[in-house]
Amino acid sequence: MNIIDRRLNPQGKSLANRQRFLRRAKEQVVKAVRDASGKRGIQDIENGEKVTIAAGGVREPSFHRAAQGGVRDYVVPGNKEYVEGDTIQRPDGGGGGRGSEGSADGEGEDEFRFVLSRDEFLDIFLEDLELPDLVKQKVKQSESHTLTRAGYSVSGSPANLNLVRTMRNSLSRRIALKRPKRDEIRELEEMLREAEEAGEDADQIQALREQLEHIVLRSKRIPFIDPIDVRYNRFESVPKPIAQAVMFCLMDVSGSMTEHMKDLAKRFFMLLYLFLRRRYRAVDIVFIRHTHEAKEVDEETFFYSTETGGTVVSTALEEMQKVVQDRYPHNEWNIYAAQASDGDNMSSDNAKSSTLLRDVILPMCQYFAYIEVAAEHNMGLSALGRETELWRTYKQVQSPERPLAMRRVRSRREIFPVFRELFAREKAGA
Amino acid sequence: MTAVITRPDALLYDGVEWDYDKIKRVYDAVEHIALKEMGLDVYPNQIEVITAEQMLDAYSSIGMPLMYRHWSFGKHFARDEMMYRKGYRGLAYEIVINSSPCISYIMEENTMTMQTLVIAHAAFGHNHFFKNNQLFQQWTDAQGILDYLEFAKTYITHCEERYGHAAVERVLDAAHALMSQGVHKYPKKRSDLRTEQRRERERQEYQDQTFNDLWRTVPKPAAGQRPAKSVSERKKLLGLPEENILYFLEKKAPRLEHWQREILRIVRHISQYFYPQKQTKVMNEGCATYVHYQIMSRLHETGQISEGAFLEFLHSHTSVVFQPEFDDKRFSGLNPYAIGFAMMQDIARIAEKPTDEDRQWFPDLAGRGDGMAAVREAWANFRDESFILQYLSPHLMRKLKLFSVRDDAEDPYLLVDHIHNERGYRDIRKKLARQYDLGYLEPDIQIVDVDLAGDRKLILQHRVTNGVLLDESDAKAVLRHIANLWGYEVQLIEVSAISEAILKEHAVTAPSGIGVM
Repeated sequence: MNIIDRRLNPQGKSLANRQRFLRRAKEQVVKAVRDASGKRGIQDIENGEKVTIAAGGVREPSFHRAAQGGVRDYVVPGNKEYVEGDTIQRPDGGGGGRGSEGSADGEGEDEFRFVLSRDEFLDIFLEDLELPDLVKQKVKQSESHTLTRAGYSVSGSPANLNLVRTMRNSLSRRIALKRPKRDEIRELEEMLREAEEAGEDADQIQALREQLEHIVLRSKRIPFIDPIDVRYNRFESVPKPIAQAVMFCLMDVSGSMTEHMKDLAKRFFMLLYLFLRRRYRAVDIVFIRHTHEAKEVDEETFFYSTETGGTVVSTALEEMQKVVQDRYPHNEWNIYAAQASDGDNMSSDNAKSSTLLRDVILPMCQYFAYIEVAAEHNMGLSALGRETELWRTYKQVQSPERPLAMRRVRSRREIFPVFRELFAREKAGA
Repeated sequence: MTAVITRPDALLYDGVEWDYDKIKRVYDAVEHIALKEMGLDVYPNQIEVITAEQMLDAYSSIGMPLMYRHWSFGKHFARDEMMYRKGYRGLAYEIVINSSPCISYIMEENTMTMQTLVIAHAAFGHNHFFKNNQLFQQWTDAQGILDYLEFAKTYITHCEERYGHAAVERVLDAAHALMSQGVHKYPKKRSDLRTEQRRERERQEYQDQTFNDLWRTVPKPAAGQRPAKSVSERKKLLGLPEENILYFLEKKAPRLEHWQREILRIVRHISQYFYPQKQTKVMNEGCATYVHYQIMSRLHETGQISEGAFLEFLHSHTSVVFQPEFDDKRFSGLNPYAIGFAMMQDIARIAEKPTDEDRQWFPDLAGRGDGMAAVREAWANFRDESFILQYLSPHLMRKLKLFSVRDDAEDPYLLVDHIHNERGYRDIRKKLARQYDLGYLEPDIQIVDVDLAGDRKLILQHRVTNGVLLDESDAKAVLRHIANLWGYEVQLIEVSAISEAILKEHAVTAPSGIGVM
């Protein structure tokens, strides 16, 4: 008997099958994901998603008898009171199934449910979204790999064999081990032949012969090229960014932002963050939060720490301008920005914000998305079209040639659709 | 080993944790009982420890350790995984593969008692059955199966690389739909799976060698001059009627490429390999359950496992052989473990302590002594249908309170036509046996004709018994698959087996476009 421990075998043996299955059910899964994402919060994404798809596309048909019609016989256990000739009411909805014939393997169901992992869910959800690229360099894929020579290695494909290195190693090894040269052997052979022809005494011939044997053997033992001599050219793949991009996340965290609004904004940015991290590995992200003054913060602080104060939007724009000047010269970087706010702003600041946005920020940005978060229960007013200060200010700036997009979000439900709307890939071969 | 047996209070293991030493000790003790006392005959064993996830993996690829890739396995995995994670369904404790060496998977989560049970059940029970049952001997090649699967996997991967995923998937989909129609029910020549790889290469080489481009230039006979063959001549030439649809398509479909035929062949071989298992569910599980029960009881008797371990074993044993009654909400048909185990015990009982009734019903078996030998004989020579027909005793029918119900769709009520009494025994036995007869369970579908002179329409026939037609939407989908392989129109006619009257017709037109596959 053998006992083999297979627990350490590579996991995920069925991954290839799973990918084939997802590809097969693609259309339905995409639809299910879109439906599901409307209903749920972003944090839930972390747990993957149970999706239900119609069984139609992934049905495995076979010739089998219909569940109904005809005459069937069943033998079943547990008779208590029946005698021959008794009649039994047909069980409800049984259609004569009586269990024994039913769908033994559960194939009969109309819907197929399974769990998508978090990665699969995001992949499908974010599938046809892209950072908008409107004017400058194209950010199709911000990373490409090129192969660069990186020294030598002892393994590789024959095509990459480096002859010079290999022969150099071979030579030094032969010298070090004192492998007899071909000339030496020839010389000795010559001497031996001469000695034999001259008929010199047997001892001397014998000695020469032994010497010859010895060096011939030695040259055989020490190969001309040994596997340890062989060197291959080594290549390394080096990431080569085609274009650089930076994404600014601006958020109002002032007192007028309620928890609900902050929650909406956080969700939006989190989604944005997941999206960026996923699509563009080499994209920089800058988080700027503001009250009456703005600060560049790290991700953790941006999402999770709280602060109160007044609202001066222009401070955030100024901060962004400063960061751009310091670190992201706009002729080298593609700059994207997304701002979330409840729309409140100090009236005195509107003019300044508007000018800043129009004259400084927008010219250097590829795209500027403004998300206005509103209180859920307060939707009556917004629905009537009462525009907030900031909305009106930005609206004036907005024009077809300026890369500014504005959307309102009132409830969690809207986040996914709005997000998709903002970043939907341009249809006509953008 | 003998030292352990002679010291009755020496336990083989203690507690729930398992380790390799314990498994080795238990295996030796179990082997001693199985081979020396019960007279079992097994393939060499290989026990593999796996994780729950690997168990799910094995589930999804129909229990085989290696399998080619196909989306349907991914689908099964997704479903099983969800069921398992949500706790709707537990995992099997073991999977055993009919191969030599016989591979049994045991899960790392199992307790030591469960591992002992699994070793007794799979490594000896199932293993003995695989090696000795005549169906398996006749149909499967235990030595060759793993190599063949390896070949199949590589071959299909190779095809995917060469012809694209989509093309391979289309062939596999079609082949899977026809899997039940891909077996030879009557053995021709014993197939040796190990030579399959070589034969595939030879077929290809032969074709390459005999290829002659000149044939293309031979003038074709003018239309209408072809000698009309009679229907019977034509059928004979094509080997019709043929019930192995996959075989027919592999050999005769006009528009398939070599690799497509080879894929059909692979699926057909795998289907054939599983054919005996489908016919022996009750016996196979009955055998394994009976063996583990005997072995565990014996280990307990000889003091090699503790009372606690034995109780744990009894707990899982009884839930395995539990048979809910028909009006119980847990009822989902007869449990093959329950009926198999009950019948094995019953056979041993009849052989050793028969009643007068048994003597009357089983004159050869009753009172012959040595129940174990009687059971072994049954394991070797029967399949479910014949086994039940031969061995189901009135005693057991009374115990299970079996009764038969007739369900006629035209009747508003179900009719109880036999119960477990003197008048009903034979009929119940016959009906129950038929419930396990694959030839009766699976629809009888054959290829009956091909219109070679005309539009090459392939004609299939379903001989309908008891007026039960095919499920229409599935039949249509399978016909679509057949049409994809065949390349021309396909028609399925459902005729009554008694009156030959045509009950229903399905037709699927030729797939559009040339060289569809």
